[in-house]
Amino acid sequence: MATALETVQDYTAKAYKYGFSTAIESDMAPKGLNEDIVRLISAKKNEPEWMTEWRLEAYRRWLTMEEPNWQKVGYPPIDFQEIYFYAAPKTKERPKSLDDIDPDIRETYNKLGIPIKEQEILSGVAVDYVWDSVSVATTFRAKLQELGIIFGSFSDALQSHPELVKKYLGTVVPQGDNYFAALNSAVFTDGSFVYIPKGVRCPMELSTYFRINEMNTGQFERTLIIAEEGSYVSYLEGCTAPQRDENQLHAAVVELITMDDAEIKYSTVQNWYPGDAEGKGGIYNFVTKRGACRGKRSKISWTQVETGSAITWKYPSCILQGDDSVGEFYSVAVTNNAQQADTGTKMIHIGKRTRSRIVSKGISAGKADQTYRGLVRVLKGAEGARNHTQCDSMLIGDKCGAHTVPYIEIKNRTAKAEHEATTSKISDDQLFYCRARGISEEDAVALVVNGFCREVMNELPMEFAVEARKLLGISLEGSVG
Amino acid sequence: MLTIKDLDVSIAGEDKPVIKGFSLEVKPGEVHAVMGPNGSGKSTLSYVLAGRDGYEVTGGTVTFMGQDLLEMEPEERAAAGIFLAMQYPVEIPGVANSYFLRQAVNALKKARGEPAMSAADFMKKLKAKAEEIGIRPEFLKRDVNAGFSGGEKKRNEILQLAMLEPRLCILDETDSGLDIDALRTVSDGVNALRTPDRAMIVITHYQRLLDYIVPDHVHVMADGKIRKSGGKELALELEEQGYEGLLGRAA
Repeated sequence: MATALETVQDYTAKAYKYGFSTAIESDMAPKGLNEDIVRLISAKKNEPEWMTEWRLEAYRRWLTMEEPNWQKVGYPPIDFQEIYFYAAPKTKERPKSLDDIDPDIRETYNKLGIPIKEQEILSGVAVDYVWDSVSVATTFRAKLQELGIIFGSFSDALQSHPELVKKYLGTVVPQGDNYFAALNSAVFTDGSFVYIPKGVRCPMELSTYFRINEMNTGQFERTLIIAEEGSYVSYLEGCTAPQRDENQLHAAVVELITMDDAEIKYSTVQNWYPGDAEGKGGIYNFVTKRGACRGKRSKISWTQVETGSAITWKYPSCILQGDDSVGEFYSVAVTNNAQQADTGTKMIHIGKRTRSRIVSKGISAGKADQTYRGLVRVLKGAEGARNHTQCDSMLIGDKCGAHTVPYIEIKNRTAKAEHEATTSKISDDQLFYCRARGISEEDAVALVVNGFCREVMNELPMEFAVEARKLLGISLEGSVG
Repeated sequence: MLTIKDLDVSIAGEDKPVIKGFSLEVKPGEVHAVMGPNGSGKSTLSYVLAGRDGYEVTGGTVTFMGQDLLEMEPEERAAAGIFLAMQYPVEIPGVANSYFLRQAVNALKKARGEPAMSAADFMKKLKAKAEEIGIRPEFLKRDVNAGFSGGEKKRNEILQLAMLEPRLCILDETDSGLDIDALRTVSDGVNALRTPDRAMIVITHYQRLLDYIVPDHVHVMADGKIRKSGGKELALELEEQGYEGLLGRAA
């Protein structure tokens, strides 16, 4: 009979289910990056001049910056001249209705289990479908419009509500914030835009589904969500990519803004292609996600389940400006085989009595390496600020690693920060116990891991929780054996 | 139902045999008690029957319902109808007791080609069984064995036994750590499961448990094999004379 370690090793051998690619004709910009490419992207999207200038300014900043190397991940230097920065399905214009969508694209989303239609499975969720560089469809737009909610692609928003985009874009993550954010600001191609007017509680989950299809393309999407006073929205993000031997770059920026008493709940299930067992291929996921609780008593909650990507580098953060505002970060990160993840959060306490809660669950198997990196910063004026951080790591096997790097900076005497951390191993005893009751070894691993992550899984919206639970099992397939 | 013939077992990686030439025949409806001092190989026997890793069978055969048991994975043995109530039940944090049991029940059903049990039917049955064994409903929502007292863990094993309805139950020192009241409820739970087609192997140090779960056969094990077999009165004899008195100095 196999030990826990062997089962974990077996598990990993299984194939990535979403690894197929679709042969469609694409409209692509020439390879590489320079000012002309930036202008070309802006022109393709028929953008106002200020937007083009904004991009160029970001590009010029990016040229002066250096790729970060403080994170605990290793990869060969990225050749930005080998990447296509724009790829879009070749159609004359954006389909006018859901019925006009390219059948191949439609079929791809069917295969991914998220059909483009406003019915059945996804009846409670409005979805924006992003294909390589552009949004190809958005469901339930009309219904949301009745409530004054704007939900759709970033490009559309720039045409229909340029004043809103101009007012908020880059106010949470400035152009020169970091290397990858600057790159994104220069070349982002699409993404989602959400605006929830004052006092409106969004009646359904809003969701974006990102799919990278073309080879050698980067995906640079930009998401901007604004929740006006007293409003609420729950937003979901899912991602997959074909299985390819080359690494692909995904460098997104997400900005969230909440006014007084508003709440944004942002959930991610990230399942980009992780590369094969030897570490060949996979997505480099270098993402900047940040929310600003501008209003009093406002709340931003990040929940992420990270199972994919060759490298994950992301720190969804909250800037707690408004008095009594609340920031939350719930994370499950699974790394298997040769995957690397350096992820965590930043909670910046500025307002009085601001509170933050961090729950991070890291699971490492195979030869994978994982780091939790978190910053809790309490500024001088943040009277009575509170933070609670809990970091738990689970190791499966004896070749993987887990690291916890918490930074705590407190400038106010009345503030309180607590940090708890544990490391555990999935034990042969637990697996035997499950198996002796008839549960197969793979299901036993999934069961134990899901139990370990329960606190975070409970934070996911129902529509996502079931999928995420399955995904945890699949990601660890072959990890014991 | 179960035939163990000349079984030799060593701990994996060690040369020293723990079970030496052990033979036992268990028929449907029978309750066999296996008694013996510490280190006699009783717990090893239970683990080998359930398929735990870390033991090496160096000789002999084990046949269960006509199948070669030693060739089967633990989950296959469970599906074939073997259940081991463990001496040290394992904690699984974050997994609710009821959820765990439902996974187990449906895994067994799947392996046997039967349809899965609906959530409603399952809960109904679980609540009824829990009441019989004296388990409070809130206990079912708690994480598997996490923070349970010794007695609660043992009771939980019996609840699993009642839900999984195996053909052969192996109780490994189910009495250890139980006070007299808990011993009685646990025994009542076990006795309720005695049927003409279900067999049990009760492993214990003490005669006490056998006052409640009355065996058909008693075997005294020492140094890896059965040294003496008899009816239920053998347990009383043992209680009076001790292992040394009964088996001589070699015990």
